Amino acid sequence: MSKKVLVFVESKDGKLRNVSFEALTVAKQLAGGGEVIAALFGTGATEFVQEVSQYGSNKVYVLEDEVLVTYTTDGYTQALCQVIEDVQAEVILMGHTAIGKDVAPRVAARFGAGLASDCIGADLENGDIVFTRPIYAGKAFQKKVFNQGKVFATLRPNNFELKENPVQAEVVSFQPVIKDLRTIVKEIVRKTTGGVDLSEAKVIISGGRGVKSKDGFQPLQELAEVLGGAVGASRGACDADFCDYALQIGQTGKVVTPDLYIACGISGAIQHLAGMSNSKVIVAINKDPEAPIFQVADYGIVGDLFEVVPLLTEEFKKVLVLS
Amino acid sequence: MNILVLVKQTFDTEEKIVIQNGQISEENVEFILNPYDEYAVEEAVKIKEDSGAGITVLTVGPNRSESVLRTALAMGADKGVIVELEEQADEYAIAKIIKAAIKGQEYDLVLGGNMAVDSGSGQVSIRVAEELGIPQVATITKLSLEGSKAIVERDIEGDVEVIEVNLPFLATAQQGLNEPRYPSLPGIMKAKKKPLERFTLEDLELSEDDLATRTTVQDQYLPPKKQAGKVLEGEIGQQVHDLVNLLRSEAKVV
Repeated sequence: MSKKVLVFVESKDGKLRNVSFEALTVAKQLAGGGEVIAALFGTGATEFVQEVSQYGSNKVYVLEDEVLVTYTTDGYTQALCQVIEDVQAEVILMGHTAIGKDVAPRVAARFGAGLASDCIGADLENGDIVFTRPIYAGKAFQKKVFNQGKVFATLRPNNFELKENPVQAEVVSFQPVIKDLRTIVKEIVRKTTGGVDLSEAKVIISGGRGVKSKDGFQPLQELAEVLGGAVGASRGACDADFCDYALQIGQTGKVVTPDLYIACGISGAIQHLAGMSNSKVIVAINKDPEAPIFQVADYGIVGDLFEVVPLLTEEFKKVLVLS
Repeated sequence: MNILVLVKQTFDTEEKIVIQNGQISEENVEFILNPYDEYAVEEAVKIKEDSGAGITVLTVGPNRSESVLRTALAMGADKGVIVELEEQADEYAIAKIIKAAIKGQEYDLVLGGNMAVDSGSGQVSIRVAEELGIPQVATITKLSLEGSKAIVERDIEGDVEVIEVNLPFLATAQQGLNEPRYPSLPGIMKAKKKPLERFTLEDLELSEDDLATRTTVQDQYLPPKKQAGKVLEGEIGQQVHDLVNLLRSEAKVV
């Protein structure tokens, strides 16, 4: 049975987020021939229409509203609810991003609907949508189905294959009615310095207690720059104040699934492994050959990270320049 | 100032997961107060110490969940509420249950963890904000109360957003908000005498629709066990050279 699927498409720093393309690809598949509608929020949204239609949305709702330039829960909840009503969407998808995590439960609750959050799989089985999502930070997985009502899901970045499907999309200019914003955004302080976001990074270089100090992260940072990746950390490194909690990967902290995860000076406590062991390829660099991190690593080097990491950076520089 | 803190009992994060007959085994498992909820309790206790407040902690779950209320009471909360629920419910139903359990009570501030480390869904607190018709500020790392309003800092993918909001509102705690205290021995002794209210679903005003879960867990399973990989050998320079080759030619990730 075909379904009407709405995708909330998100942009950040003037670019559409990759997870939105993933969501559009999933939408096309779940729609089963039904309509896929994309919703773009904020002034300047129109310029993204072309890009969005590459992934098969038949219609693009554009909400060029000043109020939607900065994210607020109330503003986005109202706008999203109105779009959902207007298009009569049955399935609503978005990224499991800061915005998705904040707005999806609120909107689902307003419709009295269920939500499958942080999904890594979405499949049609006998016409029913079955979502796969990690539990216990990836120590186990569950399959979730909907019993009634609208279907809401947030998708974890980097877990769905992109499939282009260019169509000529109809553009609908939609004017939401937004009132009573109860939170005021006073300021946004940038702490991520032009770096790659951890949850969407293809490559992560992560440091543990073995990094020894704040400065100890410098060689990791250099390697991350060469590989276009992001720097992460274990709880040990965060607790020891070597870095900000925003970098923490684990059952508390972020769960990541990059293509390449390089663990430097991380012993591999269960709570850390939960956050990264579903990465595609794992490299462990540790002085202790008995460290549990080697049990989940595809490749291991037993050695001092302060010796190995700079050598690795040099080696990558050489081969990446040549290729 | 009345503060409500929503808490959940979870597996200790060092626990391995064992699945028997499709169910997650609880045999010999250590249970803890969900780490993110612990930040929420700590924040409430700090507010109480700074400016005075009455703190109610509430949980929905099986009987064993009472232990996390005792932990929160030992940290400094004043009153515990448990809604006993042995069967599985989804986030939709749990939020409806919480709403029913606090009916008639007025709270200036509702705090919760930004997610539970077991389900990882991060929905219940936000749904409760919607049910109560109050604004939410999620993943907060700093909370300053100034009379009837608050200045809140929240983590948005590593950046910090500074938000102004009027009471009442709901906030969910992110790591970095505070350093939760360990309950002191006198605190633990006192906690035993603090009031703890118990409800079953029958005690609450809930419609059939409130309890009609929107989602069902169909299956739970463990990921395939990862084979331990190759530990490289030889002189360090050679190992690094080999590793880069393997990542490019064998793993094809760079």
